[in-house]
Amino acid sequence: MVSLTADDVKKIAHLARLGIEEKDVASYTNDLSGMLDLMTQMSDLDTDNVEPMAHPMDQVQRLRADVVTEQDKREKFQAIAPQVEAGLYLVPKVIE
Amino acid sequence: MNSQWETVIGLEIHAQLATRSKIFSGASTAYGAEPNTQACAVDLGLPGVLPVLNEDAVRKAVIFGMAIEAHIAPYSVFARKNYFYPDLPKGYQISQMDLPIVGVGHLDIDVDGVTKRIGITRAHLEEDAGKSLHEDFHGLTGIDLNRAGTPLLEIVSEPEMSSAKEAVAYMRKMHELVRYLGICDGNMQEGSFRCDANVSVRPKGQKEFGTRAEIKNINSFKFVEKAINHEIERQIELIESGGTVVQETRLYDSDKDETRSMRSKEEANDYRYFPDPDLLPVLIDENFKTQIKAQLPELPQAKKLRFKTDYNLDEESSTLLTSSRQMADYFEAVVKESACEAKMCANWITGDLLAVLNKADLDITDSPVSHERLAGLLKRISDDTISGKIAKQVFEELWQSTATADQIIEAKGLKQITDTGAIEAIIDKIIADNQDQVEQYRSGKDKVFGFFVGQVMKEMQGKANPGEVNKMLKAKLK
Repeated sequence: MVSLTADDVKKIAHLARLGIEEKDVASYTNDLSGMLDLMTQMSDLDTDNVEPMAHPMDQVQRLRADVVTEQDKREKFQAIAPQVEAGLYLVPKVIE
Repeated sequence: MNSQWETVIGLEIHAQLATRSKIFSGASTAYGAEPNTQACAVDLGLPGVLPVLNEDAVRKAVIFGMAIEAHIAPYSVFARKNYFYPDLPKGYQISQMDLPIVGVGHLDIDVDGVTKRIGITRAHLEEDAGKSLHEDFHGLTGIDLNRAGTPLLEIVSEPEMSSAKEAVAYMRKMHELVRYLGICDGNMQEGSFRCDANVSVRPKGQKEFGTRAEIKNINSFKFVEKAINHEIERQIELIESGGTVVQETRLYDSDKDETRSMRSKEEANDYRYFPDPDLLPVLIDENFKTQIKAQLPELPQAKKLRFKTDYNLDEESSTLLTSSRQMADYFEAVVKESACEAKMCANWITGDLLAVLNKADLDITDSPVSHERLAGLLKRISDDTISGKIAKQVFEELWQSTATADQIIEAKGLKQITDTGAIEAIIDKIIADNQDQVEQYRSGKDKVFGFFVGQVMKEMQGKANPGEVNKMLKAKLK
């Protein structure tokens, strides 16, 4: 039985930038631990001769020719941006 | 440097692949466009878009792999590297983790005349992020996503360099190689070629590595050496004064010549890689590899060797002339066009031409003196139309104007005087005018001979063949 702690859940939420309510932490911890337990059951299987799967579809990536096909649509894209200036998208200051 | 310590350095080089369009979209990669005019829906990470891999990015990665004699993965997979930063709109970077396209290879570097083989762990394809502009936008940050999605080849070396000097040699060699292969323009100012250095120190003889610090985003050869040397000193001082090195990312500040902590990696390093469900595995078959192999250009090392044996050049000249493919092509074009001795062509290019090019901060491809015009000059030296001294003067004219050497020689009347009668007349005059010196010479002062040669050449404005003048003077002064 793998059990996550409340702190693990908070850390995962932080990394995924998800805001979760303190009151919900316990139920998330419980649910996620249950999911991980299910995964643990799979670990009992012998997978020595099984190739790791990169994609569920058994197909190969198609490649595109190196040609510029996209035209400038900045005006359209920036019409839905919260804030723009001098052609730039503006976001809260992120410098560390 | 303190001799009780040894240094371990590994480099991660990011080379921007010289494709026209981005790695997963059809937006242009051209540098210097207005902000966000080359960022399409895929680059912006808008909902409902799908990445489609650029064939030329794959081809260029394979070319690189072949050049470092690496194993090319027949099956490679793209993964998402998750982190949050506004210049990465999707919230993840598409990169490669477990199955990179290029496997283990190597690159040989020369330091102080010794060749050392540096192992390359891997090279993988990934997309670049956008740019954050932290100038004043009312306390906000400006984001330009033109660079987002530009194809990068991340080349990871083994931790096998043991000094800043070796690291610089490796970086230079890699820079030379990617430009040779034509897979990256190598423009460091524009960020097309940059590197991160992992640096650690350990007591001499210890097997385990010390804790390493990573210095980010170094974009010049000068800085890589300074930044690493600074970091080595910092770590040694820290340990010797009882501290410990923490694993972290440091930024090099070239103004202050110091590195400073950027972020501690403990938390940030949890990138939660997983295979990107939007992209299928990439298969590279033998046919694709055979095609690429056929187009692979002659590599720098092989070219240098050929220059030494075929043209009989010394180490220094052949190194200089093969420092870029363009330089080598220029040299070979001059040899072919002029039909002159290769050694002489090499001397003119590595001497006179490179000196003025460097002074004007020009690349060989932008040389005002084309290979045809230089060849035209060399032909006139070898057929004795002009002397070596006059040739320097003609070369200056070649640099300043667009005329050919023949036109310059004709217009300025620089043709070497081969008429022995004319030379003889001048010699006679000089001898008559300088009886004192003649006496001195005849009484055994051999040094005075130089005086006569000088006088004659001066009188003839350098246009006489020095060999001829010497011979005739000797006879007359007897």
